[in-house]
Order: sequence, then structure tokens, then C-alpha cells
Amino acid sequence: MTLPMTPQPGALAGEHELVQLLSPDGTRRHDPRFPDDDVEREEVEGWYRDLVLTRRIDTEAFALQRHGELGLWPPALGQEAAQVGSGRALRPQDFAFPTYRDHGVAYCRGVDPANLLGLFRGTELGSWDPQDHRYGLPQIIIGAQTLHATGYAMGLLLDGAVGHDDPERDAAAIAYLGDGATSQGDVAEAFVWAASYQAPVVFFCQNNQYAISVPLERQTRVPIAQRASGFGFEGVRVDGNDVLACYAVTRTALQKARDGGGPTLIEAVTYRMGAHTTSDDPARYRTADETEQWTAKDPIARVRTFLESEGSTPEFFGAVEAEADALGARLREACARLPEPDLADLFSFVHTDLPPELAAQRDDVVAWQALDERGAA
Amino acid sequence: MPEFALPDVGEGLTEAEIVTWRVAEGDEVQVNDVLVDIETAKSVVELPSPFAGRVGALLANEGDTVAVGTPILRIDAADVADPADPAPPADEDASEAPKNGVLVGYGPRSEILGSGRRRRRVTRAPRSSEPDVPAPVSVAALAKPPVRKFAKDHGVDVREVTPSDPSGIVSRADVEAHLALRHTNGGSEPAERMTQEKESGRERRVPIAGVRKRTAEAMVQSAFTAPHVTEWVTVDVSATMDLVDRLRGDREFADVKVTPTLIVAKAVCLALRRTPDLHARWNDEAQEIVFPEHVGLGIATATDRGLLVPVVESADTMSLSELGRAIGELVSTGREGKLQPAQMTGGTFTITNVGVFGVDAGTPILNPGQSGILAVGAINRRPWVDEATDAIVPRWVTTLACSFDHRVVDGEQGSRFLADVAALLSDPVRALTF
Repeated sequence: MTLPMTPQPGALAGEHELVQLLSPDGTRRHDPRFPDDDVEREEVEGWYRDLVLTRRIDTEAFALQRHGELGLWPPALGQEAAQVGSGRALRPQDFAFPTYRDHGVAYCRGVDPANLLGLFRGTELGSWDPQDHRYGLPQIIIGAQTLHATGYAMGLLLDGAVGHDDPERDAAAIAYLGDGATSQGDVAEAFVWAASYQAPVVFFCQNNQYAISVPLERQTRVPIAQRASGFGFEGVRVDGNDVLACYAVTRTALQKARDGGGPTLIEAVTYRMGAHTTSDDPARYRTADETEQWTAKDPIARVRTFLESEGSTPEFFGAVEAEADALGARLREACARLPEPDLADLFSFVHTDLPPELAAQRDDVVAWQALDERGAA
Repeated sequence: MPEFALPDVGEGLTEAEIVTWRVAEGDEVQVNDVLVDIETAKSVVELPSPFAGRVGALLANEGDTVAVGTPILRIDAADVADPADPAPPADEDASEAPKNGVLVGYGPRSEILGSGRRRRRVTRAPRSSEPDVPAPVSVAALAKPPVRKFAKDHGVDVREVTPSDPSGIVSRADVEAHLALRHTNGGSEPAERMTQEKESGRERRVPIAGVRKRTAEAMVQSAFTAPHVTEWVTVDVSATMDLVDRLRGDREFADVKVTPTLIVAKAVCLALRRTPDLHARWNDEAQEIVFPEHVGLGIATATDRGLLVPVVESADTMSLSELGRAIGELVSTGREGKLQPAQMTGGTFTITNVGVFGVDAGTPILNPGQSGILAVGAINRRPWVDEATDAIVPRWVTTLACSFDHRVVDGEQGSRFLADVAALLSDPVRALTF
């Protein structure tokens, strides 16, 4: 039997409503299921800034790879609204378990973008403390973080950190994943555990249409959000290029989780405008026409249109642009100044009580470094 | 005047082709302005400028294939210095690479990143005569992981090994020297020594395969299955040597290679008639001892391929000349390397002529499935006591050694068999009595 190797017409058979609160032409609407009446222009201006700065972090890092300063970079271009909208919906006590592409979420959580550069320059050994910003280390293993998030959320249940109707106390976890990850066994396991324990976790899937070069049609025959019903929890499909909708939907799902209502799967329908990574050439597996269609749905342009109609000033936009330029320059400088990692740190953050064998190895490393210092003296 | 070295834009690329320059000499560029399109093994990629300034020189032509790390463009104008390029300290080694290097896979990475310590370590050649290098006495166990493993495999604590390099890092050679010292000092472990030689490349490595492998398997199976007993007897075979001489002149044996081994083979066949236990087979599965109808006589033969044991089927039914022809054929076929597997099966007893190697005897190991094997030693002129005159006379003398499977054969049968063979060789006329 021959497998059909081209996408099948009507592959996504199911119907699943797409929640959109800000259309590509900048028109805002409201949805009573995902209330956002409290969101005013100032807050949207803040998100606009977040979107622009996220894009600058991303494009600057991409350029740094082309300068030869980074080994690799996975661009988030086009996915900024999904990342910023969901990232801004998190409260400080929530915990995010990201992938390697969620630079906008890292930014929202307060992670210094230079740390992200370090990961891809090979100078950061993953030794930052995830508790500092309640933001996990970017996960390279596809889908593995969904299990981590679910386990963390089950821990929140055991800690009694759920269901007190106290917005400062109740907490949730959010797992970021992509469309390709939904085919992973880890993700299915995470869904099972999260559902059966009603764990306070939100699965935020950025469906950017491609798993490297594999199109969505190879991952699913139904909208990804529809998967959730089979596991027994709610799935919501949202315009991933709409920062307002991503914010409102994620905020609602997180609050449900904090209230003890269990997990939610959010499918943020977006598009990876760039390559999978700097090593990838997307022109080999998708058409320019397709990319062009998504350009019209740009997540930043619609917010700017909306804000201009709401009275945001040219000075505001100019200031954001200037801030982005300054951020770019700062990142270039910070990248060049990233310190060499201390190898001894390898032993510092894994074990609470270092086993004797590892302690001996650490001592050897330290001794070697000391010898090295003497040799250079 | 910073230079832009061709980066690796695709994780492990080694080169790229310059497709199109987007700038010309003299152009002003800003950071991240596109400078050039390059084509890699993976895709066409735009390279943005890491620098702002005026393009001083294009260092590669369109169509050139350039190795990663090669400077492709120089920027004049120092007004925007690369922030990655702090002024070098005065004591830096002037010969060090330029500082505007790139990260991936090549280039002066450590210069960008920072520490003089690393840079020194990487760039300074070892100077073992340098007196001010601290002796590596107190720092324990500096060795690379493969060296550590090597040491561990040989039961050496790397901390005991004296490093020869002033860096204090124990090398494989240091561990080898330590082992050699231990060897010399009497704490020798020959097995370790051999491994060491193998490891250090002084020993030839031969894959275990073919005849060697099968021989090894057969010998292990036999030695660890059949309880071997070996007996030997020294015998005056002068009469056999006379017989060999006479038969060599006999017309019937004109096309037969008459050797003492032929007479031994005949004697074995005769002796087996009287003591068939020596070629009975232990069948463990069926729990029975199988006595074959005829003698399948194996003749151990050294060949280029290794030890082979072609078998003369029904050797006991053959006349001496027939037996001689059969043996001669098999042996020459074996030495030509043309023995077929069928010619090496069906043996019930084996003769091995270790005498051709100049030795007196041995303790042969049974062919698996057989219960007896006879080793014939060298036939030499030796002093012999003539029983009739009590005088010492020079005679042709050899030693026979017979191993047998004690599950099948007891000392009584084994001894009788060996004594019979010896008697026949000592006095071939006795064959008439068998």
C-alpha cells in the first residue's frame, strides 16, 4: 500500500470555533466567555511594546547567528502574540514550562534575553534558577515539558495551592508546546495525568503549522483543540496572532485551573514566519504564497492599527521603536560579553546532596582550574 | 579595522559559496544591513553586517567557495568599534589571533569570550624545561577520561602515576610507564602487559575468525566437556623405520608416500579393533555410548588456514597402500586449502604428528565428540638398552602420547590401546597377531 504523501483535502475534518477578539484589520470585539472588558488602551500599549521588543530580541538573535556569534537560533517570528498574550496572562506565582522557541514568554517572565543567547552560544549551561522567574529551562526534547508541567501542577494540588478563591495564593502551571509535539507520547501521557487528577495546568499549543518541515496535516485529522475532549477536558481554539484573544483565553483557562477546574488545552493558531531554526530552509517545503497570506495576519500590525484608532500617539510608537533599537544594541553587546561558564557549576544544581563520586569529580575540576591559573601566572 | 569571517550558519557547515555581494567597497553600512548572499549545502542565506562603518574591502569574489572562518569583508572606520573587542591588555601576546572572530566550529573563540587564563592555556606551547612551572605534586588525578579508563582497566590509580608533562596531566604514556615499572618490579601482571602492548600499538591485532575461531570453539568445548587423561610411552621404532624403508622400494607402494605416520595409522586401526572403546562416542543426550562400525581416522594437518583434521573414512577396511594413498590425498588437499567440510567430518579417532615440529610429546586435546587422540613425537636416534645384551645401543625412538575421554575410557582400556600401538610400532610383525 502506498501512503498518500501530499496533504489530503479537508484533512482537518472537525469544526472548532476560532476565538478572535482583534481582527487582522484592527477591529476589536468581545466574547463573554473570555471577558476582557478590563483591558484598556494602556494595557494594550504595553502588549504592543512587548510584541515589538520580543520581535527585536528574536530578529537580533537571528542576526547574531548570522554574524557567527550563536551556534543556532530558533526564530519566533510571527508567533509573538501567542507568546506575549499567554505570557502576560500568567501571575507571578504561576510557573511556565517553555520550549526552545518561546522567547516572548521568557521576556514576559522577566528572563534576561542575554540568558537565552547564552543557551544558543553554548556559554549557558542551563544553570539559571527556574524559580527566579518561575520559568523553566527551555526544553529541547519535544513535548517533555508537558509532563514536567503536569507533575508540577499535581504538586500544586498536594501543596494545597489551588481553589482558595485567592488570586494571590492559588497557582497554576502552563506548558508550552507545538503542533508537532501533539504527536508525542509524552504529551498524551501528560493529558491523561492532568485530566485524571484535574491538575491546575494549561497546555498552550502554538500551532505554527509545521513540525520543522512536516505540515499539520501529518499530525492530526481534527483541530488540535478537539483532542482535549477525548481526554476529558476543555479545548479552546484561539487566533494565535491576536494578542487580546490569547490573553483573554489564557487568563480564563489559568483562573479555571487555579480555581480547581482542571486542565485546558489552548490551540493558538499561528504561523512560523521564519525558518525552524537558522539551519533550516523553509523554502524547500512551503510556498511563498502561503507565507504571504500569513503576513497579512501579522500579530503586531493589527495591534498598531487598533491603537492608532484608539488614539495612541506617534510619539508612543516612536519611543517603542527607539527602545527596540536600544535593546538590539544591548543584546549585541551582551552576547559578546557572555562569560565562559564555570565547569564546576555542572555539579552545583542537580543534586541537593552531592554524591561522593561527583564531589570527587568536582574537586578534580576545581583543582584542574587552579592548576590552569597557576600555569597562566 | 574589523573583518567579517564567514560564519557557520547551519550547524557544522565547513564552507559556502559567495553568491551575490549586496555591498561594494566604499559603501556605508549599518549593523545588520545585508552584506552578501551565500549558498551553503543547505540553503541560500543572507549575511547581515556585524559592524557599522565603511566597507573597506571585499575579500572574496562572487562564485568563490570560501571555508568557514575565512575573512570575507573588511570594514574601515573605527567609529563603531565592535563592543566585543575591548582594547587588549598591554601584556597580550601580539601574535594572537584577531579578536573579531566568530563562534562556531572554528575561530578565536576564547579571545572573544574572555579569560586570559583560557587563552594562555590554549595557545602556549608546553615548555617542559621551564623551571618556574610548578611541579604537579599535590594536585591529584589530572587525566583525560580515556586515560582514566585505561588506568582503571589496568588496576592503576592515576593518583599514583607520575606525570611527565609539566602541566601535571597524566597521559597514557605515563600510565604505560607506570605499568612497565610495576612489571619490572615484580608486581607483574602479564595479561595487563599484553593488553598494554596491544593498546600501545606494538601488537598485531588479528580478528578471531575462520579456522582459528572454529578451532578455539572446538578446543574449549572439548577441554571443558570431556575429562581428559593423557598417557604416554616411549618406544623403539627402529623396526618401523626399517619397514618404511622397505616399503618405499616396494612396487605396490610406488605412488604412496610411505611415512612413519602411515604405519602409526595402520597400528591405530589395528589397536582399535582390540580396544574399540578408544573411538566410542559419548552421547550425553541419549545417555549412551556409541561404538562406530568403522574407524574414521582424523589426521591433524597444519595448513596455511590453520589446523585442519581431514578424515580417512573406514580406514580400518583399507590395505596399507590404500590407507597411504588416502592419507596422502587428504593431506595434500588440506595443504592446498581445498578441503571440503565433508572431508573433515565423520572422524572417530585422531592422530596428530607433533614430531614434525621437533618435539617429543604433548597432551593432545580431543576433537569434540571423539574419545581418543594419539600424538606422535619426533622420531630420533636415542640411546636404548638392548634387552638381550644389556648394552646401550643407538635406536630410532619416539614417544607416543594418548589422550582419552575418561567418561568412556578407563585407564585399563587406554593403557592397553597405547601399549598395543607401541608394540606394533616396535615390532610390526605383531600385526599378524591382530
